[in-house]
Amino acid sequence: MAVNNTETMTINMGPQHPSTHGVLQLILELDGEIVVKATPHIGFLHRGIEKLSEHRTYHQTIPLTDRLDYLAPMSNNLGYVLAVEKLLGMTDEIPERVQRIRVIMAELTRLKSHLVWLACHALDIGAMTVFLYCFRERENITDIYEKVSGARMTSNYFRVGGLSADLPDGLEQEIRTFAESMPAHIEEYEGLLTGNRIWQKRTIGVGKISAEAAIDIGITGPALRASGVDWDLRRDNPYSGYEDYDFEVPVREGCDTFDRYKVRLDEMRQASRIILQALDKLKPGPILADCPKIVLPNKQDVVNNIESLIHHFKIVTEGFKPEPGEIYQSVEAPKGELGFYLISDGSSHPFRMKIRPPSFVNLQGLPQMVEGRLLADVIAVIGTLDIVLGEIDR
Amino acid sequence: MSDQKIVEKLKAKFSSEVLDVVVYRGETTVTVKKEQIVDICTFMRDKLGYNLLCDLCGVDYMGKEPRFMVVYNLYNITTKQRIRIKAPVTEEDASIDTVSTVWGTANWHERECWDLMGITFNNHPDLRRILMPADWEGHPLRKDYPLQGPDREPYQGRLS
Amino acid sequence: MTPEVLTLSETPWLFTAAMLIKVIVAFVVTLLIVAYATYAERKIIGRMQTRLGPTMTGPMGLLQPIADGLKLFFKEDIIPSQAHWFAFIIAPIMILAPAFLSIVVIPFGADFQFTYDGTLYAVPLQITDLNIGVLFILAMAGLGVYGIVLAGLASNSKYSLLGGIRSTAQMISYELAAGLSIVAIFMLSETLSMRGIVAAQQGPLWGLESLSFLPNWFIFSQPLAFLLFIVGSMAEINRTPFDLPEAETELVSGFCTEYSAMKYALFFMAEYANMITVSAIAATLFFGGWAGPFYGWINFLLKVFAFMFFFIWIRATFPRLRYDQLMFLGWKVMLPAALVNIVITGIAILLW
Repeated sequence: MAVNNTETMTINMGPQHPSTHGVLQLILELDGEIVVKATPHIGFLHRGIEKLSEHRTYHQTIPLTDRLDYLAPMSNNLGYVLAVEKLLGMTDEIPERVQRIRVIMAELTRLKSHLVWLACHALDIGAMTVFLYCFRERENITDIYEKVSGARMTSNYFRVGGLSADLPDGLEQEIRTFAESMPAHIEEYEGLLTGNRIWQKRTIGVGKISAEAAIDIGITGPALRASGVDWDLRRDNPYSGYEDYDFEVPVREGCDTFDRYKVRLDEMRQASRIILQALDKLKPGPILADCPKIVLPNKQDVVNNIESLIHHFKIVTEGFKPEPGEIYQSVEAPKGELGFYLISDGSSHPFRMKIRPPSFVNLQGLPQMVEGRLLADVIAVIGTLDIVLGEIDR
Repeated sequence: MSDQKIVEKLKAKFSSEVLDVVVYRGETTVTVKKEQIVDICTFMRDKLGYNLLCDLCGVDYMGKEPRFMVVYNLYNITTKQRIRIKAPVTEEDASIDTVSTVWGTANWHERECWDLMGITFNNHPDLRRILMPADWEGHPLRKDYPLQGPDREPYQGRLS
Repeated sequence: MTPEVLTLSETPWLFTAAMLIKVIVAFVVTLLIVAYATYAERKIIGRMQTRLGPTMTGPMGLLQPIADGLKLFFKEDIIPSQAHWFAFIIAPIMILAPAFLSIVVIPFGADFQFTYDGTLYAVPLQITDLNIGVLFILAMAGLGVYGIVLAGLASNSKYSLLGGIRSTAQMISYELAAGLSIVAIFMLSETLSMRGIVAAQQGPLWGLESLSFLPNWFIFSQPLAFLLFIVGSMAEINRTPFDLPEAETELVSGFCTEYSAMKYALFFMAEYANMITVSAIAATLFFGGWAGPFYGWINFLLKVFAFMFFFIWIRATFPRLRYDQLMFLGWKVMLPAALVNIVITGIAILLW
């Protein structure tokens, strides 16, 4: 007869659970309230985007990328179009205005994604008010999204070689007003959380991961910078003219949930700085590269000009055909390094598109961050990793 | 250290392993034999400083020999350099040694690669399906796997 | 002419009538406050969170609680097949009943005097003046735990079980601290009767005429006890930041995960009823009960509402504590503080 009657309780957290941020399933083995083992199960939102893209033209794949990290659609668009442009070898031909607008939109997207992160993270820990404050600001960004692209979430705004449309009149001023108001709002969130003793108790020292362990597990983005690794793709491997802007990369040494929180808040401040600088540098100009075989001509030319008509017909019916080759392009998405590995076989479809989703890799760190800690910390750590299941499952 | 020098160092150490070096759009791709992939990766990490495995994936070149290619996208956080290692895998023996001992992050990437592409990773600690359901049959990202899935009418409309 | 107090032996009919009226009025008013506390909570938190709260049902959404109640009333009542049906049904009742029972001993006004048949009678505005009133309240609060534990166990769900376990530990440890903190009040008032405690708070502060602008409320003589009591009772009634048993983001809904329809509503009624009870006790023990500038029970209700607003405000502001931190606060901070407070009060009473 067994003398020791202790046994662990297996609890199934998700895929329907209020704070697994989507359809993440965690099998937790609990000893009382202490997590002995955590096993993430993913794939509930798998839509086969990589497989689908092999059957679509390069342009038709852009809307699919919106659905990866649906909280930051423009970052995904940016990563993909940059990858295709690199594959085509036309990176240097992108007009300046396009690059500026791309940066503005990417940084707005960073704000948008971080706002949702902060909202949900705070709500998970029980601070309900911050949630609604964050969504108030996020609403402004979705309005801006709607004005530039017609959609509030799945923007599909960037095109290979440019943008789908120029900024509408008056929007520059609206973005400027918003970016200027953002630091004050961030102070507001900090006022509710940073100094709060309960918030500090819930976050400081929770979910620690050292820099070595973080690099080994492949964690990127704010989570890595909070572990003391000074690495940001925008500064270190600049793309879209990020080298023109003056911004700081916030780095902290605490390796815990609180520092990840602080790093992301600082990133939001820097993002609004970059937006303002980009708006200052924004000059009128073309919004599409001068590559008639790749970029759709404008409608006026299609009607009046036989060459444009032919190009239009060719691009629409079969798409452009990059030469065979393979490239890897990554951008600093709000959640970490978002990479696109594209292989072309000379046809108008990607031969293989592999997406490196930051959340997928970051989620791998979850078991070692929560094992041996309390159930409530699991929630805090899921929040601090800032995962989006659309991106993890693809 | 330029990419060229790194490739030279790699070649000096594993002269018989390196099959091909391609530079395209400023990116260096080194194709190596799959037998010593763990040693090569350990060398890349320890001696050449590629401490971050950004991405690992399989590619299916159906109709070519060898059919599969396992691709490792490496990054050096200190010098901010990228390099790509590829290892061919044949259809008959679709397996390669795991590099999850070199980079912990390879664990899930390899599971995904096995799940979607059907390439087995020897000595992998936990080789289960990750994105597809546990009882799924077939490997969806293979080129001979129909887009609509098995046992379904092919899509009659146009996809492109 | 001194008014005569109604008793069962001398004026059975009048006594019974007065008692019935008091019970009915107290019950109905409490129920109404419960219903509109949900409305108030949604409106107040809504305003604090830049929202509007309910607006569509009735003028300014005033009919919202009734609509909610009706909706829950007509929902299908599901008992999980693996649940223990008897315990599952009895649990919400066991939570709600003690919550309402505590109201019995709370005095909500001074004596009500009326003349009948030429005699002046006085009716105390309190359903019954138990001489162990405070003890009764503590006992009822202790009973409330059983409901939650039963709900957690009977549901046969792991989330419910965790919620039940959490709440047992939490309520026991905080009841201790909250209970000990009010011991200091008995020491000052030298009675356990709620009415006696209110009476002890009449007059100027500490009987000093120079402080006559301040009433002799126990909040001034026992600020620490008040603090401990408020925090402890917040924990006891499972309000944020101590809402771990039903921590929505961790345990889905804690002990009421498996409940639906009216049984679910009962849990929420119990939560708000408990909030009212705690507010009423705090008002009685520390804020002089019905004393104040207005007519008796109006003062009392105002104090109760002020406390409820405070609880709602806290909910909009604070994140949730973690289980181990909660236990730490209860056993290692609040319990010693309550004990120290008792000792200091004892010494002070001996000296003065």
